[in-house]
Parts: sequence; structure tokens; C-alpha cells
Amino acid sequence: MSVWKTDQRESEVTPESLYLRRRDFLRLGAAGALAAAAPALARPAGPSGPALAASETRDLAGGEKPTPWDSVTTYNNFYEFGSSKEDPAQNAGSLVTRPWSIRVEGEVKKPQVLDLDGLLRSVPLEERIYRHRCVEAWSMVVPWLGFPLADLVRRLEPTSAAKYVEFETLLDPSRMPGVRRGVLDWPYREGLRMDEAVHPLAFVAVGLYGRALPNQNGAPLRLVVPWKYGFKGAKSIVRMRFTASMPQTTWARMAPNEYGFYANVNPAVDHPRWSQAKERRIGDFLRRDTLPFNGYASEVASLYTGMDPRTLY
Amino acid sequence: MSESTAPTPKVPRRRELSRRLAPLAAWALGLAPLAKIAADALRGGLGANPIEAILNRLGFWTLTFLALTLSATPLKEVFGWTAPLRVRRMLGLFAFGYGVTHFAFYVGVDKFFDWRTIAVDLTKRPFIMVGFATLLVLLPLAVTSTDGWVRRLGYTRWKRLHRLVYAAAVLAVVHFLWRVKADHRRPLLFAALFGALFAARLPGLFRARARSRAASGRTSRELFGA
Repeated sequence: MSVWKTDQRESEVTPESLYLRRRDFLRLGAAGALAAAAPALARPAGPSGPALAASETRDLAGGEKPTPWDSVTTYNNFYEFGSSKEDPAQNAGSLVTRPWSIRVEGEVKKPQVLDLDGLLRSVPLEERIYRHRCVEAWSMVVPWLGFPLADLVRRLEPTSAAKYVEFETLLDPSRMPGVRRGVLDWPYREGLRMDEAVHPLAFVAVGLYGRALPNQNGAPLRLVVPWKYGFKGAKSIVRMRFTASMPQTTWARMAPNEYGFYANVNPAVDHPRWSQAKERRIGDFLRRDTLPFNGYASEVASLYTGMDPRTLY
Repeated sequence: MSESTAPTPKVPRRRELSRRLAPLAAWALGLAPLAKIAADALRGGLGANPIEAILNRLGFWTLTFLALTLSATPLKEVFGWTAPLRVRRMLGLFAFGYGVTHFAFYVGVDKFFDWRTIAVDLTKRPFIMVGFATLLVLLPLAVTSTDGWVRRLGYTRWKRLHRLVYAAAVLAVVHFLWRVKADHRRPLLFAALFGALFAARLPGLFRARARSRAASGRTSRELFGA
């Protein structure tokens, strides 16, 4: 179980009883802030949407307080719904997430069209609190709900020829105002090496804060790879393709000198236009140091032994 | 006074009104974005990342006031409006003011005086170098914006110096263009706006050149060769 160790020590982890009362604590904190602030201050919206049950909760963010629901659901990069951070929350309401199916192709025993509801009936959901680091040098702590990507990959039975898996986001110009202009080479594509995909930390999220995933966060299912920059987390996935060669991923094609295939969080390798040494946790005033592999180095660094870390941006 | 006094002619009175009101309007226009930013910050209306929002807005208003400054002459030439020309100096100083605040906010809040990072930004990252260059170009224009400096330099030299504002506009747009990740709509909108404003100056420029040519008695053949 060493894989579940984070860079934080056990003593730093919030006891479960306290964690379970975290929302009371948040509410208290928010109430205090409201009382102290001007009366005109807008009350932040709490979690909403259909509730989802989790069999267990794993805190893999060192006991840090999750970023408020309001911030997680209004500050999004989901270019299909517009390129400003607030666009997805405003425009993604039109996305229809049921019924939803995922086409499975490539190096698999049996190519198939997977029905999401059928899949969800057969996998237990768990809650995982992860640090989320965007390539733009901001970060959050997010309580996701979902299941390990490894469970899904095993079920799809890739052949021994499969070395990579590619994820494709829905492309629906009638519901996605952002794709009507050629800002990116649609559809959005991301990918992982197979050993990354079956790593226990790689996660498929279908929920957030105990609720169904809001559309702007990539409903109904998205990828969460906490040791990589956020753009690796393909949203609203409609296709998975297992391949023998490295997939052409969207941002890496768009600007290969700025975004790579691996995109591992690395404070030592700057983005050409800004430093990656520090990040601003949403809600904080000061920037904090960025951790190698976003603080998950002890779990994932071994995936990259023998590779030049400078080429892994 | 007495009823026999002739009424003031209408046009000069309007001109007088414009002379008095234009600076007030310019002050209001110049301070309104700052007030809006402060009001939004107080009511929590700047979203999840207020520091980024403020930095972006200050940059946006720098560009906007540069555009307003450069539109004074075209507005007079096309519509005959003289009020913007009266307050052009103020508009230019507001552009500089928003630019300085944008930079100060980057140094003191966004990077919180992290001088090492700032030094790397200013020497290695083209979009930040171009942004800083914009400010350096605007600085002598702000310093020499007083009547005293116009006298000291002489109008012709002062005028030539202040043409640097065109360079500042180009640099500011490049700064914005190189900053955005993929969606270039907004910086290109500014590029188009400045392009139109530059183009609007061309006829006047040709007229002025024709006048000076006529004055110096040279023909175009002498100027440009056979």
C-alpha cells in the first residue's frame, strides 16, 4: 500500500472524524467571513446537483481544506464552452449527459460502445481528495468522486500491443459555442502511457463534493491525473483508443514547445512564458512552492526512471 | 446685468461648456474602471482568482486608454469633435497610470516582490519584456506631458517625441497577443482598433507632407527620384 503515501506525514493528515465534519467547518468559516465582511458580500453557493454515494474517502491532499465548490465550479478551462474561466459555468448548461456512451477502439480484444450507466452500476464509487495543478500556475484541492482508471482499463482488455491510451472529448458544435471557432484542433484529445493509465492514482471522476459532476467540470466523466498538469484531464469523454504509438494530444500539437505529452508537474521546468516554481492555490494571497509531481513523487516518480525529467513537461 | 446686453453668441458658449466639462468627463472616465474594480473586489465579484482578474483588467484599461488617446485627432477630423482633443493629455496620463498600476500589481501582489522570478520574467520572457518596454516608452511621454516641457523642447521636437505613443500601442498589443494561450480574439480586436486609428491619421499626414513640400518648393520628383 506504499502507493497511497503522499509527501505529507501521517500526523499532518486530518483525522477522519474531523474530515467528515469538514463542511460544518467550512460553513463556520464562511459564516465568520460573511459576518466580518460587508453585508453586500455575495453568499457563495454550496454544492448542488444529484447526490452520489461513495464507499470510502481517501484524502490524498495532506488534509488540506478543499477549494470551495463555488470556485471549483466557476473557474474552469473547458475551451469547448469558451476560453474565459467563467465561460464553461455559463455555457455548459446545454450539455446533455444522458444517455452517454464511450466508444472503445484500437488495440483491444473487443472494440465496443460502452454505456456509462451500465458501467456505473458495476463499479463502486469512492471519494478522493487530490491536489489539482493547472499549467497556468494556479491550483486547487478537489474532492472528486469516481473510480480508478485501472479498473476501467482492465475491463476493456487491451491487447499486449497497446502501449498508450487516447481519450477524446465530445465535439458537439450545437451545444458547444467554443468549438465554432478554431481556437484548438477539435476534438480535444489527451493520452497516457499504459503504465500511467493503470497507476492507482489515475482516476476517472464522475462527481465532485458528493454530487454528480457539473457540466463545466467535464460531465459526465473525466480523467483526473493528479501528478500531471490539469490539461491532461480530458473532460466529457466519448472515446478511448488504445494505440501502439504515442497519441497526438491537443495542446502538444498546438504549441509543442509549451506543452508536452507527459506534462508532469515539475517546478524545475518553466513554461516558456512563466515560471512553474510556484503556484497560487485558489483562495490564497501568496504563491506557494510547487512540488515535483504535484506532491505525488513517492508514488509516481518510478514510472519515469531513466527518462530525462526535462523532457517530461 | 442690464437687459440691453447683447446675448452671447451660441457657438462660443458651447465651446466654453466643452472646455469646462471635457476635463470633468475625462476624470470620471479615467477613474470609473478603478472604482468598478474596487467595488467588485469588495463585493467578491471578481471570481475565484481575483488577483488574476485585477491584473487582467488593469492591462485591458491601459490598452483602452491608449486607444482613447489615439482617437482624439481622428474624432476631430472625422466628426469635428474637439472635446477629446482638449483632454488628450489627461487620457494619455490615465493610460500611463493604468500601465504603472498594472505593473505595480504584478510586482507587489501577483509576484509579491519575488525579485528573482521578476528578474527572470523581465529578461527571459518575451511577452513580459514587451510589456515592460511599453511602460518604458510611455514614461518619457508622461514626464514631458507638461506645458513646461513643451516649451523647453520646442513644439516640433516635443511632437516628434510624443509620436512614440504609436510604438507603445504596438508593443502593448504584442504583449497582450503573446500572453493569451490560444484564443486571440481580444488582442486582435485591439490590433484592428489601433490599425483603424493609425489609418485615420494617414490623410492628415499626407496633407501635412504636401504642405511642407509646397513650402520648401520641392517637387515630388525631387523627393522620390524620377
